[in-house]
Amino acid sequence: MASSVEAKRSKLESKGGECKCHGKLPDDRFAKLHDIIEEHKDERGSLIPVLHEAQQLFGCLPEDVQKQVAKGLDVPESEVYGVATFYSLFSLKPKGRWIVNVCLGTACYVKGAADCLEALKKELGVDLGGTSKDGLFTLQGVRCVGACALAPVVVIDDTVYAKVKPEDIKRILAEHVEANAKEAHAS
Amino acid sequence: MSPFIRAHILVCSGAGCVSSGCYEVYDSLMHALEDQGVLNEVKVIKTGCIGSCDLGPTVLIYPNGTFYQKVTPEDAREIVEEHIVKGRPVERLYPKRATGEMVKNISSLDFFKKQVKVVLRNCGVIDPENIHEYVARDGYEALAVALTDMTPKDVIDTIKQSGLRGRGGAGFPTGLKWEFAQRVNAEEKYVVCNADEGDPGAFMDRSVLEGDPHSIIEAMTIAGYAIGASQGYVYARAEYPLAVSRLTHAIKEAHEFGVLGENLFGSGFSFDLDIRVGAGAFVCGEETALLASMEGKRGMPRPRPPFPANEGLFKKPTLINNVETYANIAPIILKGPDWFRSIGTEKSPGTKVFALAGKINNTGLVEVPMGTTLREIVYEIGGGIPDGKAFKAAQTGGPSGGCIPESLLDISMEYDTLTKAGAMMGSGGLICMDEDTCMVDIAKFFLQFTQDESCGKCVPCREGTKVMLDILTRITEGKGQPGDIETLESLAKTIKNTALCGLGQTAPNPVLSSIRYFRDEYEAHIDEKRCPGGVCKDLIRYEIDSTKCRGCSLCAKACPVQAIHPVASEAEVAKAAGGESGQKPKRKTYEIDNSECQKCGECMSVCRFDAVSRR
Repeated sequence: MASSVEAKRSKLESKGGECKCHGKLPDDRFAKLHDIIEEHKDERGSLIPVLHEAQQLFGCLPEDVQKQVAKGLDVPESEVYGVATFYSLFSLKPKGRWIVNVCLGTACYVKGAADCLEALKKELGVDLGGTSKDGLFTLQGVRCVGACALAPVVVIDDTVYAKVKPEDIKRILAEHVEANAKEAHAS
Repeated sequence: MSPFIRAHILVCSGAGCVSSGCYEVYDSLMHALEDQGVLNEVKVIKTGCIGSCDLGPTVLIYPNGTFYQKVTPEDAREIVEEHIVKGRPVERLYPKRATGEMVKNISSLDFFKKQVKVVLRNCGVIDPENIHEYVARDGYEALAVALTDMTPKDVIDTIKQSGLRGRGGAGFPTGLKWEFAQRVNAEEKYVVCNADEGDPGAFMDRSVLEGDPHSIIEAMTIAGYAIGASQGYVYARAEYPLAVSRLTHAIKEAHEFGVLGENLFGSGFSFDLDIRVGAGAFVCGEETALLASMEGKRGMPRPRPPFPANEGLFKKPTLINNVETYANIAPIILKGPDWFRSIGTEKSPGTKVFALAGKINNTGLVEVPMGTTLREIVYEIGGGIPDGKAFKAAQTGGPSGGCIPESLLDISMEYDTLTKAGAMMGSGGLICMDEDTCMVDIAKFFLQFTQDESCGKCVPCREGTKVMLDILTRITEGKGQPGDIETLESLAKTIKNTALCGLGQTAPNPVLSSIRYFRDEYEAHIDEKRCPGGVCKDLIRYEIDSTKCRGCSLCAKACPVQAIHPVASEAEVAKAAGGESGQKPKRKTYEIDNSECQKCGECMSVCRFDAVSRR
C-alpha cells in the first residue's frame, strides 16, 4: 500500500512537481496580467486586488510580475514589494502543487494543533513555509479557518480534514496524493 | 412545483458543516426525493449556520422541528425513505444528552434553550442565496421604514437610544459613532463593514455573512442614509471564500430587486456596495490599518485623531462598524429601541454571539442576552467539559483578551465586567480550557501570535512583545529566573501605555490576566521547573511504574527514539548477588531514559497496564 503511494508520488513528481520554466515565464501570462491591470487601473486602491489576481495567474509574485504591476498601476516598485511582503497570503516564491494549511487558531491549538504541525514538519521534512523536496506540498500555518468545532483542522487546498491527530498525518497525505493521482489519471 | 409543500428539509450549510460534508448530504437528499417521487412535495433548503457545529452535518425537518445530527449521504437516503415517505423518524440520528436520552426536537436541545436570536435570527432558517426568503422574514422592511418615514437624525436617535455598542470588541456606542460621521460636512462619505474577523476562534461574523448576507447590506444602506454616504465597502478576510461568494451573490440580488442602487424606495437616496478582500494580516482588523489596506497599502495603523469619522477612507469621512453590529440594526429600527433595551443589561443592551470552542462538549455559535453568566454558557449551553475533566479557564477576546478562571464562573458576560476582570469581550471568541491546559503555554501562544502579526511600526509592540515572548519561551523551557514574572508585568504595563494601536495596547492582556489568576503556574515553571498542566515538553518526565509494568515491551517497540530499555528484574538481581536460586524468575520490567526521551507520550498511549505516568 505504502509503496504504491510512493510510486504514484514519484510519478506525479516527474509529471508536474518541478518547475520547467527555467526562470523564464511564458509570455501569454504577462499579456493576461496586462489585461488584469487595465481592468483595475482606474479603481482606487486596486493594488491588492491586482496582486491577488496576479498570484492566481502565476502561483506567486516573482520580481518581473511585481515590476509590471508597478509600471501598469503607476506606483513605485518599492511599494508593490512592500505590499507583497506585508500580507501573509502573498508569496514571492513558487509553492508546491498542494498547499497544506494547519490551522493555528486558539481552538485548534488547545486541541493539539501544535502536535499535528510537528508531525507534518517531520513527514514532509520542511519547516513552516517550506515546500517538500518532491515539490508536492507546501506547509503553511493559517490563523483560523473558522471551523473551530472541528478542531484541530488541517486543510489541503480545499479539502478540510477535521479532528486530526498526529498519527493521522501520514494517512491524510497519502490519501490526498492517491485521490489526486486518480483524478489526474481519469482526466 | 406543486403548490402544496408538506415538508421543509433544512440542510445546514455553514462553514463547519460544509467541511463535514453537508453538500454530499444535500445531493443525496435530492436524489432520494426524486427516486421516491416526492421531490415536488418537499422543499430542501441550504441554510446558513444553525449553530451546533460539532454535530454537523445537521439536517432539520419542519413542520416537526426534528433535528438529525452527523448525517451521512446514506443516512440522508434513509431519512427520505423513512421519515419523509413513511412518517417514521430515524431515531438513531437524534442528538443525545450526556445521559443517553434522545432529543427529538430542536427546541428541546439544551444547546438552544437559553439562546435569544437577534443577530442570528435568520442564520440556519433561510436560504442565504434567495432574497425572497430574507424578505419573507421582514427583510428590507427596516430600510423602507427608514427611507420613507424617518429622517437621518431619527435613525441616529433610534440607534443611540437603543444603547447598541460596537460588537467588534471595545464596545463604543454605535449611535454616537454614526452621529460623529453624520455631523461632518463633506460631499463624499463612506460606510465600511469590518469583516476582517481575525480573532482566532471567533467565527460569528463569518456565519452572519454566510447565513444572512442581506442583513448586512440592509444595515449598511440604512447607515449610508443616516450619515449621508452613497458608497459602502465590506472588507472581508481572504480566508472566508464562502462568505465572499454569498455576499457577492446577495449584492447582485439586491441590485436586481432595487433595494440597492439608485433612488431606493423612490426616496431619491442612492447607495452602492463593493467588497474588498484582505490578504492575510490580523492587524487589518484595526480600523486605521483596515482603511490603509483598502487603499491598497500595507495594513499599518496610524495615530488617531483624526478619527475615521473625520478622515477615513481616501481621506473622506468614514463610518466603520463590525458585522455583528450591523446585524443588530434592522431589528432595532423595526422593533424600536425599547425592545432592544429589554434584552441584556442596562449598560450592555442586546445580545452577544459567542463562538464556543476548545475543550467543551457542545461547540458552535451561541447567541445569548448580555449578562448571561459564563457558567450558564459553559455548562447549560455548552454541556460542560469533555471526559469528566475539570474546567480551568475560558479565554475571551482572543489575543487581545484574557482568561476567566473557575472562581469567576458566575461573572456576568458584558463589556464592563469583563474588562474589570482583566479579560475583554472582544469579538466573542470563547475558548474553554481544561485541567490539561498550561496557562503559561497559552500566554506564550497568544504572544507568538501578536508578535508574528505586529506590523512593526511602533517600538513597544515590535520589540516589547518580542522580549516578552523570549521570557515566556525561556520559562516554558525550564530556564525561568526569579524576577521574570515582575519583568513581564512591567513590560506589559509599558506596552499597554505606549503602543500605537489596539493590537499593541492589548497584546499583553493574555499574559497579565494569566499571571493574575494563575501566578502559581508561572511559579511552578520557574521555581520548581514543573509544568502542572503537563504540556511544556522540557518540563515533563515520563516514568514507568515497575510494580505495574508487566514487561510486555509494547512501549519499547512504540518508542520512536529507542529511549526505553529493559531492566533486570528483582529475581535476577538477587541471583547475581548469590541469593536463593529456587525463586520463580520474574519478568523483566522497562525503564525510560529521560535524556533520550522526546516526550511524545507514545509509551503512555500504548501501555495496557497504566504503568506509564507523566509528571
